[in-house]
Amino acid sequence: MAETPLLEIEDLAVHFRLPVPLAERAMGRKPKVLKAVDGVSFAIGKGVTLAVVGESGCGKSTVARLIAGLYRPTRGRVAIDGHDVTAARDRTRALRRRLTMIFQDPQASLNPRWRVRDIIAEPIKAFGIAGDGQETGRRVDGLLEQVGLAAADGEKYPHEFSGGQRQRISIARALASQPDLILCDEPTSALDVSVQAQILNLMRDLQDDLGLTYLFISHDLAVVNHMSDRIAVMYLGRFVEVADAAALFAAPQHPYTRLLLETIPDLGMTGRDREAVAGEVPSPIDPPGGCAFHPRCPHANERCRTERPELRTAAGSAAVACHAAEEGRLPPAPAGGAADG
Amino acid sequence: MADGAARPLLDVRGLKVGLPTRRGHLPILNGVDLHVKEGEVLGVVGESGAGKSITGLAVIGLLEPPARIDGGEVWFDGARIDGLSGDALRRIRGARIGVIFQDPLTSLNPLYTIGRQLTETIRTHMDLGADAAEKRAVELLDEVGIPAAASRLGAYPHEFSGGMRQRVVIALALCAHPRLIIADEPTTALDVSIQAQIIGVLKRLCREHGTAVMLITHDMGVIAETADRVAVMYAGRVIEDGTVAEVVRNASHPYSHGLMGSIPTIGERVGRLPQIRGAMPRVGAVPEGCAFAPRCPEVRDLCRAERPVMMGGKTTSAACWQYSPRWADSAGAAGAEAVADG
Repeated sequence: MAETPLLEIEDLAVHFRLPVPLAERAMGRKPKVLKAVDGVSFAIGKGVTLAVVGESGCGKSTVARLIAGLYRPTRGRVAIDGHDVTAARDRTRALRRRLTMIFQDPQASLNPRWRVRDIIAEPIKAFGIAGDGQETGRRVDGLLEQVGLAAADGEKYPHEFSGGQRQRISIARALASQPDLILCDEPTSALDVSVQAQILNLMRDLQDDLGLTYLFISHDLAVVNHMSDRIAVMYLGRFVEVADAAALFAAPQHPYTRLLLETIPDLGMTGRDREAVAGEVPSPIDPPGGCAFHPRCPHANERCRTERPELRTAAGSAAVACHAAEEGRLPPAPAGGAADG
Repeated sequence: MADGAARPLLDVRGLKVGLPTRRGHLPILNGVDLHVKEGEVLGVVGESGAGKSITGLAVIGLLEPPARIDGGEVWFDGARIDGLSGDALRRIRGARIGVIFQDPLTSLNPLYTIGRQLTETIRTHMDLGADAAEKRAVELLDEVGIPAAASRLGAYPHEFSGGMRQRVVIALALCAHPRLIIADEPTTALDVSIQAQIIGVLKRLCREHGTAVMLITHDMGVIAETADRVAVMYAGRVIEDGTVAEVVRNASHPYSHGLMGSIPTIGERVGRLPQIRGAMPRVGAVPEGCAFAPRCPEVRDLCRAERPVMMGGKTTSAACWQYSPRWADSAGAAGAEAVADG
């Protein structure tokens, strides 16, 4: 990729200071720091989907919010098309227009007191995309049809739609400013599976038609597998593995990626017992030293307990943050995913 | 599993639940038929609003008024339990039917220690002294995989993580050796790696104790791994019932077939997910005839006119006219009307 990537983030981090009760503050106790995101880097080329997966609390949504400018990063850099937009105030209108977001819960992200027409027209007006009111109306109609609704639906209010239709409205709004990059934060997690399939198909169609780039945040590896070209696996605020989707599922490297792949309930697993992996995600307030995954890792040794592994390029397109992988201590990757019988 | 058993442990026949509202009576369940055999895990799946949780609640008599049972029968262990008084039901619930809900925080009392909640439940349902009850509580916590169980009796629910709390809830549900456990979305609130642990615990314990499970979930992956048999619900009815392998791989009903197809899997990558048009009808707006007819690719006039009952499908039972001798006679199909989906 010689050309400038559409989105590039470098060593992005955000640390939240937790409130200290007054009594403890008086005793001089320092506030604890929650490192929600602690140094992640990636680049997304135009028209590509990068997915960030991980369990709740790993920081994946925070990454999306940092890129959207909803939080100010503690350190690191965000660039859109080579323009530094790390601080929200650096974002010109022209740059802001190019990046929009779709949230998990359309119920919460659509104003219940606005007609759908006004919800979708707002970005068009804010960015001065249409010449006049008539053109705005035409664009809104076009957007509604593009996401599979009828132009007449614009007169209704969000509560008159089902969950899937509301997510279509969110997508229409996200498209209204003619963005290049859409940050999708668990866009289908609140939907039933048959509706999820409709929305995922719609998102892929729109990507093909409009050349959109997606940053796709999800906890569901099966959905991620379906949607993305490249996948970053996140654990306690850091990426542990970044690889092309096919490679990640065929030959997962990091022990945490393997754990995730092994534990997903899958339709192909009928009648089989699985080895449940012990342990839970530790608190991000006091993460374990060294590699954050070492307490749950079957391959951890002294080095893993003391030295934090960095992402290193491994086989092919993959990058892995694991001492064991680097030293070749890991057993060969299990056969990718669950073999469907 | 227990194939020889003559009468199923739980037998629900034509269960109807309705909700009286100012604008008239809203039918929520329109005649649910399902059964759970001794020692069997029945998965009840369906999308939100299909009526799966309401079915579970109706069976154990925990429907929130004004919702009420309008008709049908619930048989448990050879006796009819719908219409029992609150007291009589309370003796069955907990002792003979254990219940696990989705959110462990709401099913545990935050003000009592785990030990107190366990011993209280044990002593309510079993004739045990305080010491024996405590010993049993430790055994139970041990069984569900809580490390250093004896030292955790004095802990409060907030001191446990989500996965550990759900283990405590499983221990509570199991404490009186129930014959049946009704688990409503037991792993939905948990992360995948924890979910696998909880499913493992539930599966192992029920196998060891011979407890039957009615597992209610929207997650087909969980069902595929856990259940012996599956009942698929749609718009307040069971529309397919068969072994888990057949329903997942070779479903008879067009809805189950579409549902299975629309789930992305890890194993294969497809260009587009097969999707079912439209959405499930809302409660109170279920069409005459087959409730799935407006979305069905196979629909014929017969489907719109008359509601199909369960009949033998390819390998499972399905409520679909395709498997009726009348299908061949019914007029050639007119395509489903266009539905704005969502």
